[in-house]
Amino acid sequence: MVDFGYSLSPSSRINLDNFDQGRLTILSKIEPDLIKCIACGSCAASCSAANFTKINLRKVILLLHRGLDNEAVSLIEGCMLCGKCTLVCPRGINTRNLIRSILKTYKEV
Amino acid sequence: MKERLIFGYDPFVLPFTLGMVFIILYLLVGTVRIILALDDSERKLILKSFFPLKLFKSIKDIILDCLIHVKIFKKNPLLGYMHSSIAFGWFMLIFIGHIEVMIYTPQRTGVLYYPVFFRYFVMETHETLRGSFFFFLMDLSLLLVLTGIGLAIFKRFRSKALGMRRTTKLRLGDKIALYSLWAIFPLRLLAESFTANISGGSFLTISINHLLNAFVTNPDYILPVWWAYSIALGLFLFALPFSRYMHIPTEILLILLRNAGIKSSMSRNGYAESEIYSCSRCGICIDDCPMTVQKRNIKFSSVYFIRLLRRRFDESINTADKCLMCNKCVEVCPVGIDSTRLKLLKRQEEYGKSRTNYDYLSTIEYSKKRADNVLYYAGCMTHLSPAIYKSLFKILESAKIDYTFLDSDGSICCGRPLMLSGNLEGAKNLIKKNRELIKASGCDTLLLSCPICYKIFNEEYKLKGIKVVHHSVYINDLVKSGKISLKKSSDSYVFHDPCELGRGSNIYDEPRELLSNSGVVKEASKERRESICCGGSLGSLTLSYNDREQITKASLKALLENDPDKVVTACPLCLKSFSPYNSKPTIDIAQIISEQLINS
Repeated sequence: MVDFGYSLSPSSRINLDNFDQGRLTILSKIEPDLIKCIACGSCAASCSAANFTKINLRKVILLLHRGLDNEAVSLIEGCMLCGKCTLVCPRGINTRNLIRSILKTYKEV
Repeated sequence: MKERLIFGYDPFVLPFTLGMVFIILYLLVGTVRIILALDDSERKLILKSFFPLKLFKSIKDIILDCLIHVKIFKKNPLLGYMHSSIAFGWFMLIFIGHIEVMIYTPQRTGVLYYPVFFRYFVMETHETLRGSFFFFLMDLSLLLVLTGIGLAIFKRFRSKALGMRRTTKLRLGDKIALYSLWAIFPLRLLAESFTANISGGSFLTISINHLLNAFVTNPDYILPVWWAYSIALGLFLFALPFSRYMHIPTEILLILLRNAGIKSSMSRNGYAESEIYSCSRCGICIDDCPMTVQKRNIKFSSVYFIRLLRRRFDESINTADKCLMCNKCVEVCPVGIDSTRLKLLKRQEEYGKSRTNYDYLSTIEYSKKRADNVLYYAGCMTHLSPAIYKSLFKILESAKIDYTFLDSDGSICCGRPLMLSGNLEGAKNLIKKNRELIKASGCDTLLLSCPICYKIFNEEYKLKGIKVVHHSVYINDLVKSGKISLKKSSDSYVFHDPCELGRGSNIYDEPRELLSNSGVVKEASKERRESICCGGSLGSLTLSYNDREQITKASLKALLENDPDKVVTACPLCLKSFSPYNSKPTIDIAQIISEQLINS
C-alpha cells in the first residue's frame, strides 16, 4: 500500500474493567473543586516547572478521569507548588492543594 | 504572735495540701519528660544558660512576663492590670506568707500549708509595728488580687471593655479551674476576716471582721469558711493540669528554655511541649487571625490548634494546613509561642511519602554570561506581573547600574512554597540548584522583588559573600546615596506590609522611607507588625477561594481607612490578591518610584 502519510488515530477507548475509580472517588471527596475545572489550560500556560518538564495540570485532570493514573501522576511529579496556577485559575480552584492531594492519593501507581 | 494550735494542724488543710503535692509531682514529671525529649546539644545549651548574665536575663524576663505581664499592658492597660494584679498580688501573698512563717513560727518553716493558712494557726498576743506592717502588706495584696478577680468576672460578660472581641470557649477543666480561682480569694478574705479578732489583721480584714461580728457572733462558723477556702484551692490545683491555667507554672520553664536558645524541633514533644502547656488560651490570637473574619473559621486559629496538639488529636493537621502562616498570632502572643513553627513542623511530620520527582533539576545549567555585580532573580510570582521588574530595570538603568536577569526565561522556584507545604526534602533540592546557579553567576548582590523568595534566600541559602536584598530596600539605598532622584507627587499612599517582608524579615521602615520621597504616606488602621495578610498567602494549603476573598476584603478595608490615593505593596502576590477587589489602584513600590524618576 502506498503510504500517504496518514493513518488511523490510535483508539482512545477506556477499558472500564481496568479503570479503578476508587481513588478518583477519594480524591473528589478531598478536592470537591475537581469538577469545577473547565480545562482552559491557564494552569499549564503559567507553570514555572513547565519550562523543564511536561507538567500540565489540565491534562492530569483529564487523564485521571480516563483512568490513566500512572501517566497522569508522572506528569505532575515535578511540581514545585509555587502557586502560580492557583492565582491564574479562572474558576478559583485551589490547584496547589489539588496537586498535593493527587500526589498523596496516587502515591502508589 | 504565737501558735494557737499545739500541733499546727487541722484536717481542713488536707484538700489544699493534697492538691499541692499532686501539682508539684505533676510538674516535676513534666519537666523531666521535656528535658529527656531534648537532644544533647540542647541540654548543653541549658547548662550554658545558667551562667550569671543569661540567668539574670531569664529572671528579668520571668518577672516582667509572668508577674507584671508587660506585653499584655501594651495590648490593653485594663487587661494588663487584670493579669498583673492577679499574678503579682498572688505572688506577694505567697511570698509574704512565707516570710511571716519564717519570722513568727520558724519551727513551721517548710510546712506546705502553713503560709497559706497562717492566720488560722496563730493568735496575736500584742501588736507590733513589724506585725502590722506585714498584715498591711498582706491585706493590700489581697485587695489587689480581688480587684483583678472583679475585673476578670466583668470580662466574662463584657470582654470588649478590656480590648478583646472574642475569647476561647472553655472546656470542663477550664471551668472548674476558673470558678475555683474566682472563689479562692473572696473565700480567703472571708476566712481571714472571721479570724481577724484572734489572729489580728489590717485595714481590710479587721474592718470586715467588725462588720461580721454584727451578724455572726458564733465562732463555730470560722471553720467551715476555712474549709471552703481550702477546698477551692484544692479544686484549683487538681484541675490545673487539665485547664488553661497550667501556663502559670509552665511559662517559667518556657522562658528558661527560650533564653537558652532552644527552638522547637518536633510539633508535640520537647520544647514544643513546654510551649503547648504555656498557652494560656487567652484568645488574643483569635481576634488577630485573618481567617476569623468569618466566624466559622475561628476554630482554625492558633489557640485551638495548640489545644488539639495538647490533646494529641489528629485533626491538628487540618488546622495546620489551613493556616496562612502570616505569623501575626506569633507577634501578638503574650507568651511568645511560635505557633507558626509548630504548624510547619506538624506539616513536615505528616508529609510522609508522596510522589515527587525533581530529577529534571540536574538538566538546568547556568546559561547567561558572567553576571555583573547585581543579579536579579524575579521568581515565579514576579513573572506574573512583569510591570514590577520592568519598572525596577528602569530604575537600575537610571542609576547606571549594570545587572543580569537570572530568570528572564523563567526558572525554578525558590523553594519556600514547597517548604511551607511540609516537603523539606524537595525544598532542599531546589535550594541546592538555585545556589549553584547563583554561585555560577559570580555576582555580589542578589536583588529580589518577591518577599517570599527574599525570606528563604536570606535564611536558608547561606550565600556566603553575596548580599541578598529586597528591591524596596535597594531602591531606598539608591535614593539615599543620590544615585537616583525623585520628584514629589501630590499622591497619598498607604503601604501594605507583606507578611514575609514585615513580620517575616523585619523590614518595615525602608519602604515607607522610600515612599515618603515621592508622596505622602498615610497610615492604615492595622499596619506594621499588625498588618493583615492579603489573603493570597502560599502558607495556607487548604483555604478555599471564597475564604481568601473575605480576608482580602478585610485587609483592604484596614488599608483604606484613611482614604489614600493608592495602595502600595512590595510583594507581587499581595499585588495580585488586592487588584481585583481594590477600589483604588494597587501598585508595586518599584512602579511608583519609576514614575517619579528625574532623568538626568
